[in-house]
Parts: sequence; C-alpha cells; structure tokens
Amino acid sequence: MIIEIGHYALILALATAIIVSLVPLIGARRVDQAMMDVGPIGSVVLFALVAFSFGVLTYAHVVSDFSVKNVWENSHSLMPLIYKYSGVWGNHEGSMMLWLLILALFSALVAVFGRNLPETLKANVLSVQAWISVAFILFILLTSNPFARLDPAPAEGKDLNPILQDIGLAIHPPLLYLGYVGFSVCFSFAVAALIEGRIDAAWARWVRPWTLAAWTFLTLGIAMGSYWAYYELGWGGWWFWDPVENASFMPWLAGTALLHSALVMEKREALKIWTVLLAILTFSLSLMGTFLVRSGVLTSVHAFASDPSRGVFILCILLLFIGGALSLFAFRAPRLTAGGLFAPISREGALVVNNLILTVACGTVLTGTLYPLVLETLTNDKISVGPPFFNMTFGLLMAPLLVIVPFGPLLAWKRGDLLGALQRLYAVAALAFVAAVVFFYLQHGGPVMSVLGLAAGLFLVLGAIADLWYRAGVGKQPLGIAWRRLKGLPRSAFGTALAHAGLGISVLGIVAVSTFQTEHVLQMKQGEVTDAGGYTLRFDGMKKATGPNYTEDRGHFTIARGGVDVADVWSAKRIYTAGQMPTTEAGILTFGASQLYVSLGDPTDDGGIVVRIWWKPYILCIWGGALVMALGGFVSLSDRRLRVGAPRRKAKALQPVMEPAE
Amino acid sequence: MTRKQKRLAVIGGGMSFIVAAVLLVMFAFSNSVAYFYMPADLASNPVPPGTRIRLGGLVGEGSVVRGAGSTVRFAVTDASGDLVHVRFTGILPDLFREGQGVVTEGTFESGSDVFTADTVLAKHDEKYMPKDVADRLKQQGLWKEEQAAK
Repeated sequence: MIIEIGHYALILALATAIIVSLVPLIGARRVDQAMMDVGPIGSVVLFALVAFSFGVLTYAHVVSDFSVKNVWENSHSLMPLIYKYSGVWGNHEGSMMLWLLILALFSALVAVFGRNLPETLKANVLSVQAWISVAFILFILLTSNPFARLDPAPAEGKDLNPILQDIGLAIHPPLLYLGYVGFSVCFSFAVAALIEGRIDAAWARWVRPWTLAAWTFLTLGIAMGSYWAYYELGWGGWWFWDPVENASFMPWLAGTALLHSALVMEKREALKIWTVLLAILTFSLSLMGTFLVRSGVLTSVHAFASDPSRGVFILCILLLFIGGALSLFAFRAPRLTAGGLFAPISREGALVVNNLILTVACGTVLTGTLYPLVLETLTNDKISVGPPFFNMTFGLLMAPLLVIVPFGPLLAWKRGDLLGALQRLYAVAALAFVAAVVFFYLQHGGPVMSVLGLAAGLFLVLGAIADLWYRAGVGKQPLGIAWRRLKGLPRSAFGTALAHAGLGISVLGIVAVSTFQTEHVLQMKQGEVTDAGGYTLRFDGMKKATGPNYTEDRGHFTIARGGVDVADVWSAKRIYTAGQMPTTEAGILTFGASQLYVSLGDPTDDGGIVVRIWWKPYILCIWGGALVMALGGFVSLSDRRLRVGAPRRKAKALQPVMEPAE
Repeated sequence: MTRKQKRLAVIGGGMSFIVAAVLLVMFAFSNSVAYFYMPADLASNPVPPGTRIRLGGLVGEGSVVRGAGSTVRFAVTDASGDLVHVRFTGILPDLFREGQGVVTEGTFESGSDVFTADTVLAKHDEKYMPKDVADRLKQQGLWKEEQAAK
C-alpha cells in the first residue's frame, strides 16, 4: 500500500509541476502577484511530494520489499544496511529519482532563499525549473517507474552490482548530481532573463552563488568518482577519458568558464550575452551527460540495464530544452545591450582568455566523446577514442591556461599593467622552476619535459600565495598592518587563491604520477619478495575469508623499508554469492601523499599468483587539490558580498551536505 | 592602436586559438583512434603491423594458456570460425572467461600473426556485454537471449 502512495505522490508532483510551470509565468506577464505567488509555494510542495516519493522508495529498499521490481533487481536481504540506503540510486530508476529530488530541492531553495529577487524574475525562474521537473517526472512515470510491482513477490533479491557495494556509492552520485543539477538554476535564470528581455549586473550577482555552489559540488563529485574508480576497479588508473567521465567533466569545464564570466558581468556589466549563452550551454551539457549515461548509447558501469524507449525520451527532452533555450537566445540576445569596455590587457581580458581556453578545451572533449557515436550512426564504423587523443588535444590546449591563471588576479579591472604583474611574478616563476628541478632530481628518472609540468603546478600554488601576499602588502607595510589587511580581505579573495592553488596541487599530482609511477606485474609465491618505490613487499600467502554476502581469497603482504617492517596490507579477489560475480579488492597503502597499490590476478599453474604492484608517488595530490578547490568554493560562498539579494543563510544551509565529502 | 585595431587583434588571437584547436583535433583523430575489428574482418582485410586496433569477439573455448609469469595467451573467435591468437601481459579483468565476450586493444607486430594486446576489457558486470561485440554477435546470430537477460 505504502508503495502505491509513493507512486501516487509522484503523480501529484507531476500535476503540481505542471501548475508551477504555467501559472507564475502567466502571472509574471500580467504582473499578477497572486499568480506569481504560486511559484514559491508550488515549488516547496513539489519538493515535499518528490521527497515523500523518494522516501517511500528508500523504505522499500531498506525493508527489502522484493514485491517491488526495482528492489528485487537491485538488492539482497543480506546486504549491509548502508548499501540498502545507497542502493536506492544504484540503478536506473532510483538514480533518476535522485536526479529529480535534487532538481526539486534546488527549486525549493530558490523559492525559499530568493526572497530578495524581483518578483517577476523569481516567478519566471521557478516556472522554468518546473518545466524541467515536468519533463523528468514524465520520464520517470512513463519509462522508468521505480514502483512497479511483482506478483508473486520473489523470496530473495538479485543483489546490487558488487562494484557499487561501496561507500563511494553513498557519496559520489549525490555530490555529482548536486553539481550537475545545480546548473539547472543557472539555466533557469538565463532563460528567465531572456523571457524578460532584460539583464544587468544584479542578475549576475544572483546567479553567481548558485553557479559557485553547483561548481563546488561538481568538483567534489568528480574527484570522488575518480578516487572511487581508482580504488574499486583495481586497474590503478584514476581517469580513463571514458565517455561517462567526460559527460561529467564537460559541465565542469563550462561551469568553470561560467563562474569566471559571471564575475566579469557582475563587476563590469560586460560579456552579458556570452554569460547567458554559457549558462544555457553548461546545463545543456549536464542534460547531454544524463542522456549519454542513462540512454544506454554508451557502455559503462554507469549504464544500468538499458531500454531504447528511454534513450529516445531523454533525447527528446534534450532537444526540446537545448533547442528551445537556444532559439529563445537567438531571438532575444540582440536585445541585450553590451556593457562596459575594457582593454585587452586587464582583469576582464584575462577572464576572456580563461573562457576561450576552457570552452575550446571543452569543445575538444565533446568532439572526442561524440565523434565515435556519430561515425557509427553514419558509417557503421566502430572506433574508440581513448586517452592518447584527449591527452594530445585537451592537454596541449589547457597548458597555456595554467601559466596565465596567476596573472589574472594581479591585473586591474578595465586596464591592467602586464609589466607590473610580470615584475611581481618573475620571482615566483623562478622559485617554482628551481623547486621543480630539485623535485625532479630527487625522484630520478622520467622525461625531462615533466619539469615544465611540475613548474606549472608549483607556479599556480605559489602564484596564489603571492596574490594574497601582495594584496596584504607584506614587505611594503609593517607586519602588523599587513596582517590586519590580510584579515580584512574579502573571503572571495581567499576563495580564489584556494581554488587556484588547488588546481596547482592537482596538476602537481597528475604530473608526478604520470612521470614517476612504477608498475610491476609479476608472479609471486609465498615468501617471495619484490621492490617497489623504495619499499620491499613480501608475499605471505593466501587465506580464505567470508563476508556478509561474499567469499574472498585474500593475499597478505608485508611492506618493509630498509629491512624494517613498516606496514602490511590485504589484497583480495571476491566472489559475490548472489550473482556469482567476481571483483578485485586492491590493497592500498598510503605513505604521505603517495600510495602503494597491490592488486591480485589469477593463480598460476605452479602454485604462485600474478600480482600487479604500482608505486604511485604523490597521487593523493590529485584529489587533495580538488578538495582544496572545493574548499575555495565554500569559502567564496560564505563571502558577504555574494549575499546581497541572495540567500542570507544559504552558506549555512549548505554546510551539512558538505560534511560527508570529507 | 586604435580601438578597431585592438578589437581585430583580440578577435584574431581568439580565432587563431580556435583554428589551432581544430587542427590539433584533426591531427589527433588521424593518429590516435583505434578501429574495431572482429576476427572475420581481419581474415578478409588484414591490418598492417603496428596499427593500433581494437579486436573483439568471444574468448575461444579451451584457448586460454597461462604461461610462466604473467603472460597469458588466448584466442579470439567469432561466428565465422576465424581465430586470432592474442598475447597479453598483465592481469585479466575479473569477468574474463572462456566463451565470453571480450575486447582487446593493441597491435600486430611485424612478421607475426599474434596480436599483442596491452588492454583487455571484459564485461563490467553480469548484465553487461561489450556493446561492439554484442551488436556484431547479434548480426551473426550467435547472440543468446539468456545472455542478454542475465
């Protein structure tokens, strides 16, 4: 019975969404306050209904109600409780419910925290948000009903895909969706502005916190997904340029560009048309990502059992929203007036270069992702576009950006002094280069070109510190005054510095791992030893073990340095009993920011086992940098200046969601 | 510089970056893209040694030989009965099994008809079959429905 009530709540949510998608919009045209008031109330009701419906599905999973088809297909009574919760979105239907829940959450947040927005803009924004809700509720109800029943109810479930039985599933999708779907707010603001035909700096000030919040969560979500793939899949890689990864990376690139162009618009009223276009494109890329992942055109861990009707449905949503928004843009954009002028060498100019590089790089990722699909449709040729393509195009195109980033914050608005910035940074650049050479020398080995990569990463980190240093006037002012000036700097200045330094840390990690990592694949017998990354590994033999819903063969390794045992690690091959599915559980040991990664292969005929050992120097910097970037996002969000006209308590409201990421 | 010249310089700079990106993409496409083949395709249309390709099909029954150390040999077959020997050093994916679909990536070395793979992909989970392989097996009538349903 409760299941049917959940289903019914979803249908009521559809009705509510249809009302919110029309009434406030008409109200805004007629300047009818009563009709516009439907927006906020309706959005909150919509969220409540969707949340209730989602709660019912969660309940079905937690109590293992196998009469619900979705639970039977993706759960098992013996599964640990946490996976019963996270397993709710570990399948197609549930993940679409999560998508919808977060969409409704953002609409409700705009309704609640947008009290200072002009009434007509708010009404339009909420209506546009409701259009998206209507589309996705219809999608769920018509093609992916999570509440479908089975009669008679089976006694036991088919189990969740073992790869998904991990704490990562509890964290990665919600964070990723908070980012992905968060960009819907930017989209709605852009479309609402186009409907009104009016846009100004205040618009950018309202949009920026939402962009920043979405970007921050997306950063965390992507980093978490990457780390999860790294430790769970047992292949030792952290980024595969898999189309599904690209699908989340493209909105991030576009969102990063949007974040910077909205800044120009807020401060200088320039780049208005471009910012609106970027807001539309960013969410379009999110939608396209959803299409690629959920339609079954791609094959990956993310593509749960596919069904062609779903693909066609999402494609229609995609075309409708992207096509509609872009047509509206083409229609209305000429009406928007151009804003402030600026010299090519200026803060604005630097941000334009940032946008140019990010969007072009995003374009190459898009090309590489879609080209195989297009080619297959047109010529039936099947090709794979892999890491070599992306490293060559994306890597080369992004390289100049790394060098330019530290200059941006040092240039003045309107007309900047490049020579002055150069004078301030040449010492930093020299320091970064020397440090890179020393670091390279200490690691021995690897291509010399990687010194440049290391130097770029260090330049970013040191440049971010230098920015704060000069702003505080360290060296020119007495220390006490400099300290007070530093404390007086707006939080957004710290946010910028943290985000840029985080990028540098990630770059350092990426370059260090790709240059200095070592990999050994060898056959080991009990008692044999091998070297990796300056450590000695001794294989102590295999042991059988049983978990709640799996059995495993695990190998024990003792790690020694200079003859002294320092650590030990288990590495296992598991069989999940319900589906008889094997997985590899890599043994990972952390030394500082570096890791030793041990994964097991098959037993050999003569009683040994194939072992693959990686030494991954400074690999934790890759995700650590992303965490620092996200921290920069949160610090910036807490800046008072962002709260003009936008949420007073928003930063606080975001806090609890942030905690699980750490 | 006049304002017009400045604007031209900015637009010119932007356009040249985009042109560079397009050239780079075209160059990368011609160099680093792997085509997908099945054993039957290779029998009728062999690829020159050194060309990077993806080879897909079914792992031949009884063909897996684990030598000393971590090098494994197996054969990839399809409905045509053609067969390609593959050599791979490393750890096979968890779901690599005889009679199951597989995709390998690598090259033929000159003067040898053994395919040297550096990547072997099998199914991600029980429900999933490499799509390229599944499509072709359907065409060849080898696709079993219970395989799809499972």
